[in-house]
Amino acid sequence: MYEGIVQELIDEFGRLPGIGPKSAQRIAFHILQTESVDVARLSEILGQIRTRVHFCEICGNVAEQETCSICRDPRRNQTLICVVEEAKDVVAIERTREFRGLYHVLGGAISPIDGIGPDDLRIRQLMQRLADGTVVEVILATDPNLEGEATATYLSRLLTTLKVKVTRLASGLPVGGDLEYADEITLGRAFEGRTVIG
Amino acid sequence: MIVTHLNLADFRNYASADVAVSPGANLFVGKNGQGKTNLVEALGYLSTLGSHRVSGDAPMIRAGQNSAVIRAKLHHNGRDLLAEVQINRGASNRAQINRGQIKPRELPRYFSSVLFAPEDLGIIRGDPSARRRFLDQLLVLRTPRLAGVLADYERVLRQRNTLLKSARATGVKESQLTTLEIWDDKLVALGSEIIAERLALISDLQVPIRTAYSEVVGADHRPGLVPVLSILGNDTETDDPENVVWDPSGGADRGQIIATFRAALVEKRRSELDRGVTLVGAHRDDVRFDLNGLPVKGYASHGESWSFALALKIASAEILRRDSLLGDPVLILDDVFAELDQRRRARLATIISRYEQVFITAAVLEDIPEELTAHIVHIRSGTVVDPEVIDAFAEG
Ligand SMILES: [Zn+2]
Repeated sequence: MYEGIVQELIDEFGRLPGIGPKSAQRIAFHILQTESVDVARLSEILGQIRTRVHFCEICGNVAEQETCSICRDPRRNQTLICVVEEAKDVVAIERTREFRGLYHVLGGAISPIDGIGPDDLRIRQLMQRLADGTVVEVILATDPNLEGEATATYLSRLLTTLKVKVTRLASGLPVGGDLEYADEITLGRAFEGRTVIG
Repeated sequence: MIVTHLNLADFRNYASADVAVSPGANLFVGKNGQGKTNLVEALGYLSTLGSHRVSGDAPMIRAGQNSAVIRAKLHHNGRDLLAEVQINRGASNRAQINRGQIKPRELPRYFSSVLFAPEDLGIIRGDPSARRRFLDQLLVLRTPRLAGVLADYERVLRQRNTLLKSARATGVKESQLTTLEIWDDKLVALGSEIIAERLALISDLQVPIRTAYSEVVGADHRPGLVPVLSILGNDTETDDPENVVWDPSGGADRGQIIATFRAALVEKRRSELDRGVTLVGAHRDDVRFDLNGLPVKGYASHGESWSFALALKIASAEILRRDSLLGDPVLILDDVFAELDQRRRARLATIISRYEQVFITAAVLEDIPEELTAHIVHIRSGTVVDPEVIDAFAEG
């Protein structure tokens, strides 16, 4: 244990995903030894991030305005929606350049252990987007793990009530993994070979 | 396959240890508490990712350290392989094969061992969970892919139990029932695969167990294994004499298992929602061991129970030798000979001598049949004290 504010800083870093106690300590001491200008810039960004960044009102992606650049782009195919768990999955899929449609970010996956049920995800908003019939295909691109699969199954059952084609990314993605870690070629192929499930 | 070198860092009482070992029998001798068992515990960990003595990993890390490392040089089919695992305190473990990173649960693809220990008596006399663990460890060694299926099943079970508990707490909502059906599907798909694999394994074990048991005892007491499945309505938490047995004529047909599993879930739905826990599935199954048509648990003597435990392990080794791509599993006998009478010791020595490599620990050298004493390593206070053995089998 360190004294007062140093320990507080270590504890805060330790709460971040993927950072264990040792890394938290290392980052904290790195900051203590860093030029004060750099630290000021970091703390400025941290201070502004919640006020400057919004979530797109349409798709839930991160945006600096009320809607994101993808939803505002008229060249995107308005008849395709790719459903992902997190905004970082949008970035991963954009990297493949295989997909020119729109996205819908759920904000997670169904996982009772984490206290997340269907009502906690942006599913109602997705149903609203599909209501006018413009969209002809929904691509379910949730993570290829148990929770992602459960979410895809839940959505595909829900969507059978609508006249919309439902597809799932082809297998070949590393099972049990995160979409964001799949390499571009694998993810691109998974898009091309997507299969109809509803 | 054989181990040619074992190297430990901060494992149990060893700050470091480096032991060259030889094909055939290797005997680690030392008083209790000196660290001989720690050497074989480390070897066993490489193939089962667990200890036969404790349930968690933490006790294996030396006091005051953050991680323990187990390294073994392996040799199989003219090929050398370096297997390593780092056991971390408060972080996930890491594993490597020839310096390339792999998932720890992939280690059984490279190294397979069968461990005999006094704790084996718990497989015979303990809870159903001990017998499930025995079957599942063997399944993974025979078919490493199943490690993923078992892990997924455990996770689905946790998800489903959490959902049942919250439904009980808040009253059942429409959306919860819909998601419950989805977890049901996963539970049935994964659980049926585990049940089918266990049934096939039980069936494959029957003949090797009968052979092994009569070799250990010198007489045929007709040992047998009988699956007891919760999806058939059996309550394995009690030793219910009314338990229904899976009809062997039905075999391990996957479709039949899936249908039975589904029906059992429907039947138990009300009580599952009442109790907030999953009442049927692979996690509630058991296997009954019989001798001459009577359950070993409750009827057999101490000696008979021991013989059955030995037969289970010998049969496991036989199955791996036959089915695994890794050739002979490495046999590890931790403090086993002290538990046996002279006749069983001699018979066991004959059986294990057929394997490529065997590790034996003992407190007293006199307990070990002479044919197993060619390579002796003495252990004292967490140090390997027979340098001539190390020199004789060092590289080059
Ligand atoms: Zn958007």
